Amino acid sequence: MILYILCFILLLIGLYGVITKRDLIKIILSLAIMEYAANLFLILFAYKKGGRYPILEEGKEIVAMVDPLPQALVLTSIVIELGITAMLVALAVRLYQKYNTFDITKIRRLAG
Amino acid sequence: MIIPYLIIMPLLAAFLITLISGKGDTWGVIFAILTEITMILLSVIGFVLTRGNPLVYNTGGWKVPYTIVLVLDSLSGFMLIIVHVIALFALMYSVAYIRHLSKSWKYYALFMLLITGMDGVILTGDLFNLFVFMEIALFAAYALVAYGNRPEEFEASFKYAVMGSISSTLILVGIGITYSVTSTLTLANISQVLAKQPPYVVNWIGAIFLVGFGLKAAAMPFHAWLPDAHSSAPAPISSMLSGVLIKALGIYVLIRLVFNVFGFNPLFSRVFLGLGTLSIIAASLLAISQWDMKRLLAYSSISQIGFILIALGIGTRMAIFGALFHVLNHAIFKGLLFLNAGSVEMCLGTRDLNKMGRLGKVLPVTTGTSMIGTLSVSGLPPFNGFFSKVIIIIAAIEAGFFSTAGVAVVGSILTLGYFMKFQRYGFYGEKVIEKIAHKPGLGMRAAMICLAILCLVTSLLVIPQFRIMIMDPVVDVVINQANYIEMVMGR
Amino acid sequence: MNDHKGMTLIVKTITRISVWLIILYGIYIILHGHLSPGGGFAGGVIIALAFLNYLLAYGRKETENWINIRLLHDMESASAILFLIVGVLGIALAGSFLANWLSKGEMFRLLSAGTIPILNIIIGIKVCAGLFFVVWTLAIFHIEEAD
Repeated sequence: MILYILCFILLLIGLYGVITKRDLIKIILSLAIMEYAANLFLILFAYKKGGRYPILEEGKEIVAMVDPLPQALVLTSIVIELGITAMLVALAVRLYQKYNTFDITKIRRLAG
Repeated sequence: MIIPYLIIMPLLAAFLITLISGKGDTWGVIFAILTEITMILLSVIGFVLTRGNPLVYNTGGWKVPYTIVLVLDSLSGFMLIIVHVIALFALMYSVAYIRHLSKSWKYYALFMLLITGMDGVILTGDLFNLFVFMEIALFAAYALVAYGNRPEEFEASFKYAVMGSISSTLILVGIGITYSVTSTLTLANISQVLAKQPPYVVNWIGAIFLVGFGLKAAAMPFHAWLPDAHSSAPAPISSMLSGVLIKALGIYVLIRLVFNVFGFNPLFSRVFLGLGTLSIIAASLLAISQWDMKRLLAYSSISQIGFILIALGIGTRMAIFGALFHVLNHAIFKGLLFLNAGSVEMCLGTRDLNKMGRLGKVLPVTTGTSMIGTLSVSGLPPFNGFFSKVIIIIAAIEAGFFSTAGVAVVGSILTLGYFMKFQRYGFYGEKVIEKIAHKPGLGMRAAMICLAILCLVTSLLVIPQFRIMIMDPVVDVVINQANYIEMVMGR
Repeated sequence: MNDHKGMTLIVKTITRISVWLIILYGIYIILHGHLSPGGGFAGGVIIALAFLNYLLAYGRKETENWINIRLLHDMESASAILFLIVGVLGIALAGSFLANWLSKGEMFRLLSAGTIPILNIIIGIKVCAGLFFVVWTLAIFHIEEAD
């Protein structure tokens, strides 16, 4: 139970960082923290009490294993977040080239 | 069967374009347009084949609760036809428009990835598969918004990417909670298990998914990315995003989840009505004060999504017919209006309404089709916007939601107001413009004329013979939750 | 900042040996994807990191001589097309998309489990090429902006 609450606090820390930070790179890092919290949440749900890792090996008998499906979901989710982070970093590099600053309060040509 | 080919073909086209193209974009154009025409044929065949019963396809050869199942029923076929028709016209338009920006094949590869993502979202019957295809479509959308290398485009794309990622994280948390309650990922199976749970579980899961997918559909108060992204993107991408993407990723998924999986209870109805009313009023008031042509159209998109949301909130048979009809109409006339704004921007070099003038002599096709588009969106007969708005208002009065009907009428009047401003300053201003920098190409003009003709043709869907043949199976799918579950789980 | 020549001589000498070890480790993880944790994505990331190691230690010019960038670009698109071909062969030979159309073999051997090792290799190549391209594009971009 404590683990779920801590995971939720990690999500809130990431959300706080995205909303209040002014530097572009810090926004990207806070977004990454939020996504790690979501992945952790998915893996926490897969745990069964006393379960073993879910791999079939030669010679070992089959006992209760943890659920392998959320682990596959988390693998896919990590790949997606890698792509998003790469695109955000490329956008940040281009924004620096055009505006010469990383501060989002100064990158405000669109308003209204 | 044809279902997996609807996803395989655009993906194959995207990577073939990347592999074969050298420096120019001829292979890109040829592959993209050939693929689009084939996809329109396939989706029409699919829609005709599913009259009455859905087609279900298990990938990988596994049985139903363990496989990723692709479902093609009438609602999916309807959305597929909308997506591919608008995509074909946007492609025809973008051949001349993108050559003006840069001669590269990358645009066509990204466009095909966008089509793949949207097809995957529409066809899938599995919750996590929906998430993956939604992310594919959003990647392509973020990259395409930033395609023109202007500074505003990068800023708009960054904002869109950050907000989209926050909502995707929320959806992932929602998927986690759903899996922990039901321990399955197939939508039909989730619906069966959730029917036995206490109502607060369904309401919490519904709330998380509503916030997540509501941000994708740009309902207020989650709309903040839309004006920047849709006004800074290149014009055919704006018309694809505003006409199709927010409907395929936002409205279609909400319809599937709320009507087919969770079951439509009065709490969801009140939430939809609330969000829809807020969207109509606030977005219309904000649109009146805009002086940027495409930003005005973007705020108008938000308010039309509000119309669709209140129609979904009412929930009767006629209201759902009005909502789906308005989805079709909005895709056509908003796509047409964004293409018009793009051709004005390409020829005059500016988007500011103060700087334009009387454009009737130099851009005749653009001016004529934009007048047709304006009359459609304001709801004047005999164009299609009139019929869908009237059906929504009549459905609201029949079901007893008089204040909602009043809000819809006020929204229509405000829409007429700011579109009159759009026409008066954009096309019928004071000074007469004699010369322009570039003329619009043949593909651009053909796309605009075809969409304008479609505005008139789709108003024929109100005639009872056409309505029963085409739209009634679609409405049946939305309302009939048990049929969907039995068709998928019975295989 | 520097004259694009990479790092010191000690780093270059060690990298010349360790790059091949990292690539070998990545290939091991890709090939044993159906027997132990890892698979296509994790192995692909490891091989891409080996190339990144070479890029950091030697600088841009030498990396362009060592890795053929055009070949990597073509291999990336070709591997995606190969994945779709394996899927369509599943439709033709076994009834539905991405079905297992090779024989499954005995358990716990390297060449078992049907099409899964083939798909792992295809995904490994694609991830390696894609991830290295992201880093390469950001590295090249910095030069054009500084000039």
